[in-house]
Amino acid sequence: MSFLIALFSSMIINNIILAGYKGLCSYIGISNNWKSSIGMGLALTVVCIITGLICWGLQFALDALDIGYLQTVVFILVIASLVQILEILMKKFMPSLYKALGIYLPLITTNCVVLGLALTVAGTSVANWAAVLGTCIGTPLGYFLVLVIFSAIQDRLSLATPHKAFKGAALSFICTAFMALAFLGFSGMLG
Amino acid sequence: MEEKKLSKKEIFLAGIFSENPTLSIALGLCPVIIATQSVMNTIGMSFAVFFVLLMSNIIISALRKFIPHEIRIPVYIVIIASLVTCVQLLMQTFTEDLANSLGQFLPLITVNCIILGRAEAFANKNTVADSIMDACGMSVGFLMACLLIAIPRELLGTGGFTFSNPFNPIQSVTWTPLADYAIPLMDQAVGGFMWIGIVMGLFKMCLYKHDEKKAMKAAKMKMASAN
Repeated sequence: MSFLIALFSSMIINNIILAGYKGLCSYIGISNNWKSSIGMGLALTVVCIITGLICWGLQFALDALDIGYLQTVVFILVIASLVQILEILMKKFMPSLYKALGIYLPLITTNCVVLGLALTVAGTSVANWAAVLGTCIGTPLGYFLVLVIFSAIQDRLSLATPHKAFKGAALSFICTAFMALAFLGFSGMLG
Repeated sequence: MEEKKLSKKEIFLAGIFSENPTLSIALGLCPVIIATQSVMNTIGMSFAVFFVLLMSNIIISALRKFIPHEIRIPVYIVIIASLVTCVQLLMQTFTEDLANSLGQFLPLITVNCIILGRAEAFANKNTVADSIMDACGMSVGFLMACLLIAIPRELLGTGGFTFSNPFNPIQSVTWTPLADYAIPLMDQAVGGFMWIGIVMGLFKMCLYKHDEKKAMKAAKMKMASAN
């Protein structure tokens, strides 16, 4: 049950983009293309689940060694090396998938979502493993969901004719505000 | 390589106007929303970004001949992550309230696109002195952009402004004439997205106007010289 609550909460209620405002660079940069937003979302989901769980485990080692202040450095190294390993493995064993997702993988290293998730789950006790698993799966899925929804909105936005200064990122942000307003409706759920 | 070497002043001004990290090239937007919740947050975040950007630009431009090209990104990330850890520890010690209100976004400066972007686009090609100017310009640009967004947001969200001494939060000044009419939504992510969009659009509009004026002037000059 706690798995499902964590999954739903991190995916919809505390959505990483609309309520947590992380990962905005890639969100604004990629959402203008439907296909690439699906590729990015899939790649990010894989990376997030693995790094989230690894970093959660590593935090216990850091605490045991009393070097908790190295958290950021260790986590970013884990993320960077994992992304590199994933890229190599994918190239070797799944070349078709690599062709589809390959270009998004290097971008993921510097995506706030991954490091933000790692920092969020770090420090949760072992007894709450189900909630950690739910958060690790729900957070990237929430990102994926919003990215795909917004790329569909972007298709319509490209037909709109605002002042040329507002075209592009500025208009995207104002639309995101309204989407965040809509998602705010979920905020009372699950206590 | 480059057709014209930019002067120090041009590098500095580019960071504020034509290459403003937040408003013109829309990079590193994640900390902007939390930093613009209040003017105090803006100052704290800008200081943190300034310190990390300055140090990383200095270190990377000083080491640009020694870092192998193939593994440059991991090297940059490790340098930036260590600097961020320094800032985080310093801020948690001396300005605890500020560090708490910035929360996770303090360690997330590591993956901020501005810093890695400047390392990749500027510091690894230019001298140390130019990189320092670039870091200063970018930080001032970031501060200015955040202030432009933070002032309307805090005014509408809380009905006024609150300033406190970051080193001693007991000393604070509160001025909230519109407290009865505050719109709490402006404090949340919704207001952040909306004001970033509005300010970004207005800023670009001003830049276009400026460019048009410049083009007009140039055309007039040409006419005059032709005559």
